[in-house]
Amino acid sequence: MKQFLLDGQPIPFEDGQTILEAARAAGHYIPSLCWHKDLPPHGSCKLCVVKSAGRHVSACATPAKDGAEVESNTPEMNGERRGILQMLFVEGNHFCPSCEMSGNCELQALGYEYEMLTPRFRHFFPDRPVDASHPDVLLDFNRCIFCELCVRASRDIDGKSVFALTGRGIDKHLVVNAESGRLADTDFTKDDRAANICPVGVILPKRTGFAVPIGERSFDGTQISTETLKEES
Amino acid sequence: MTTPVPRKLRVATTSLAGCFGCHMSFLDIDEHLFELVELIEFDRSPLTDIKDVGPCDIGLIEGGVCNSENVHVLREFRRNCKTLIALGACAVTGGLPAQRNHLSLSECLREVYQFRPGVENGQIPNDPELPLPLDKVRPIHEVVRVDYFIPGCPPSGPAIWKFLTDLIAGRTPRLTGGLLHYD
Ligand code: SF4
Ligand code: SF4
Ligand code: FES
Repeated sequence: MKQFLLDGQPIPFEDGQTILEAARAAGHYIPSLCWHKDLPPHGSCKLCVVKSAGRHVSACATPAKDGAEVESNTPEMNGERRGILQMLFVEGNHFCPSCEMSGNCELQALGYEYEMLTPRFRHFFPDRPVDASHPDVLLDFNRCIFCELCVRASRDIDGKSVFALTGRGIDKHLVVNAESGRLADTDFTKDDRAANICPVGVILPKRTGFAVPIGERSFDGTQISTETLKEES
Repeated sequence: MTTPVPRKLRVATTSLAGCFGCHMSFLDIDEHLFELVELIEFDRSPLTDIKDVGPCDIGLIEGGVCNSENVHVLREFRRNCKTLIALGACAVTGGLPAQRNHLSLSECLREVYQFRPGVENGQIPNDPELPLPLDKVRPIHEVVRVDYFIPGCPPSGPAIWKFLTDLIAGRTPRLTGGLLHYD
């Protein structure tokens, strides 16, 4: 069987598997934010960064290669991941204490996993008004990390193309595909795949916010690495 | 010969643009307070009512920076404290007060002091005694160098205790095992 070395441990794989898929199947955690098992890799968040043959590659988008030596869970790689998380935090407005997603949020959970204590950089404090027009779903754009999971799910699974990213750099933002720009003026429903895929607290079902209290949520008592490996096994 | 009693560490604390929740959480270390006062003594702090900060080993800052007085106090702390710690979400990220950052300051002030329902002939206060608000609320690391950060709104008593005992014992402080929280 073909295999590569992940931090010195042999990882078997089948042709077509990425480094991330093979690693997780073998019980080794590589973090991700923009990757989802039901969608093709996107390679945008770079949380899954690993070093293969001395080069940085996205583990979610790079096919496993026989005999390759891959570094992932090292102080260097984890430090870079922490840096990426810090950039994601200052780029949006992440006020966790008032966020309905707190405790279930993957960005936050990765902050805990990699012991991010400070956002370190200067905050952008962007202006991103919310869209509360839809009867069942609230959009709080302040927390968008531009992973495009909703964009892809709406287009490729729901067949609706409700969301898109537009603008560049500091002006990049998520838009709703309606003349008015309002979610209420699309055929989006709370049961769409896109309504249930956001890894952070942007696309929120109304009237259920604190049904599960803070302290009893997915990542309150356990690390995201443990949760992820449990789900995949 | 008597063995010399080790010098107690001097600790100062303050709340800038904060709600005193972090100070309350600090008091939540409960009976550990007795152990703590064996190791430290307080300088400027809401707990002592000393008004000016003197030379200290540790400074704990709650709250972000929202006005000129906050900047002044924060710089005093930085000058006087060997180790400066951002305590809680507002000091670490700007927190709740920073939620006004996407509005213009004059818009905010007018809304509160002039246009709020029930206000008649309201005026924006301009007494020279009042510190001037900054156009944006900042986390403290955007104003001075900060040595350590304890996130949380507020950080729990056990998190504060773990962090301080690590620091006092000369270990690199770490928040593990569920002690690290942003909410
Ligand atoms: S989306 Fe996640 S990181 Fe952002 S404020 Fe909400 S809980 Fe915090
Ligand atoms: S709304 Fe959520 S799923 Fe969509 S791009 Fe932003 S962070 Fe990703
Ligand atoms: S998970 Fe690989 S780039 Fe986002």
